[in-house]
Amino acid sequence: MLRERYINILILAGLVLIPAYAYFAEEPFTITLATRAVIFALAGVGLNLALGQGGLVSFGHAAYFGMGGYAMGILASHAQNYEPIMEVPFLIEGTNSMPVIWLVAIVMSALLALVIGALSLRTSGVYFIMVTLAFGQMFYYFTISWPAYGGEDGLSIYVRNQFPGLNTLDPIQFFGICFVILLAVLFLVDRINKSPFGLALNGAHQQEERALTVGINVYRVRLVAFVISGAITGLAGALFADLNRFVSPTMFSWQISGEIMIFIILGGVARLFGPVAGAALYIVLEHFLGGLSEYWFIYLGAILLFVVLFAKGGIIGGLSKKETGRAG
Amino acid sequence: MSFLTLEGVTASYGASQALFGIDLSVGEGEVVALMGRNGMGKSTTIKVICRLLKHSAGKVRFAGQDMSSLPAHKAARLGLGLVPEGRRCFTNLSVYENLYASARPGEWDFDKVHALFPRLGERSDQLAGSLSGGEQQMLAIGRALMTNPRLLILDEATEGLAPVVRQEIWASIATLKKTTGLSIIVVDKTISELRHVADKVVILERGETVWRGTIDGLSTDIKDQYLGV
Repeated sequence: MLRERYINILILAGLVLIPAYAYFAEEPFTITLATRAVIFALAGVGLNLALGQGGLVSFGHAAYFGMGGYAMGILASHAQNYEPIMEVPFLIEGTNSMPVIWLVAIVMSALLALVIGALSLRTSGVYFIMVTLAFGQMFYYFTISWPAYGGEDGLSIYVRNQFPGLNTLDPIQFFGICFVILLAVLFLVDRINKSPFGLALNGAHQQEERALTVGINVYRVRLVAFVISGAITGLAGALFADLNRFVSPTMFSWQISGEIMIFIILGGVARLFGPVAGAALYIVLEHFLGGLSEYWFIYLGAILLFVVLFAKGGIIGGLSKKETGRAG
Repeated sequence: MSFLTLEGVTASYGASQALFGIDLSVGEGEVVALMGRNGMGKSTTIKVICRLLKHSAGKVRFAGQDMSSLPAHKAARLGLGLVPEGRRCFTNLSVYENLYASARPGEWDFDKVHALFPRLGERSDQLAGSLSGGEQQMLAIGRALMTNPRLLILDEATEGLAPVVRQEIWASIATLKKTTGLSIIVVDKTISELRHVADKVVILERGETVWRGTIDGLSTDIKDQYLGV
């Protein structure tokens, strides 16, 4: 039996070694694929905090992914055009500094998650799913009808944003930035999961009534988790937009919400490295099956069915022979 | 002076009324046995006390505070510690994590809980879901104690347990009574065991309080009429 910890180390090693090999083999496309996997993993880690630990089946996390993407797109496009975002009542200019863009993406996504969470967490079950989905779609249609930032065509950024001391246009360096962020977020989420707050979130998922009777404010705990989850997914959105140097309303679409959920289900719900494994597998499947047929989602659907029916703990659960993660 | 008071409390599940007038008082340091046959309103009364169910009429006061508008988590923070029917541990958390998630500042800490239930200390890293029924019950009591309650409520704490484990649970309740000033409500049917711990008995019948007194005052007629024993 393979222990989960060793599987996690193998996953991380794979994520480092593949782009390292591609760097020496001069295959920048492979590095870009690995970067996509890391960014998707980051989005999945964000959703997994709400879904896996908290049992909050949000079908609208594309709202935060898109918010992060548009935070990057708007700030970078204004820096590109030398036009301020606003002048009255105070001057706000664009920027192409990655740290500033990440901070704005995190804050904006967190604020959006606070509003959506405060409303949607008053519901549960299928209503919660539908409310979160509706918010995501609302932003999708809003950005389609927002001509200032490209409307349906989206917004192109011609130069990748800058990080002090690094050449972000070098694929391996941009991969390094994304990978370090993923590691930092994994560490943060692991700390959260083991803290009294994380245990309360997990407990409320398993036994809501019981959690209430030990004094846990279930609504507040879930809301805070939802906000942190949204902020992480927003950061992933900003990185994704920077990777592509393009943002479009598609980032807000329900398909993105579904894909982030697929990473988690494939890898293992409520497992720290579940979304990382799921996102990596998704990218591999997209690359190889997508080369075979444009209808590769049929194969993905079959694999997803297999995982759900026969490997309920996802890839990591199946390999470690341990069906359940921390919660659920 | 009463620590917890229920006066004429009524409550319903939707259109179905379950409580028709509950009167109950628990003094500081007092152990009260809440008795009655199945479906007579004992667990519903506990839910009302813990604010898991809103009462529709009557008064619920705890530690001098009107509980009518309090949500469940605030009632718990006020000092209500519930050991629910069916234990309901957080099964995917370890014993340590179950206790840690519930901990609030006060007299009760890991050492005191482990002293009362040494097995919880021995199984600290074990998942709660893999414990035996008796150990889960000990964990449920330990978890309630970690909230540092002023009133501990044990809802059918020994139901479904092996006789030897039941003895351990009853012994721990007796220890709690003897060594702490904790007020306790015990919902149970075992008169022989309640005799050692209960200061007072309250019997519910069809959602109403029908008898109050000491356990020695339970006559054969009352037992036949209300407890079916």
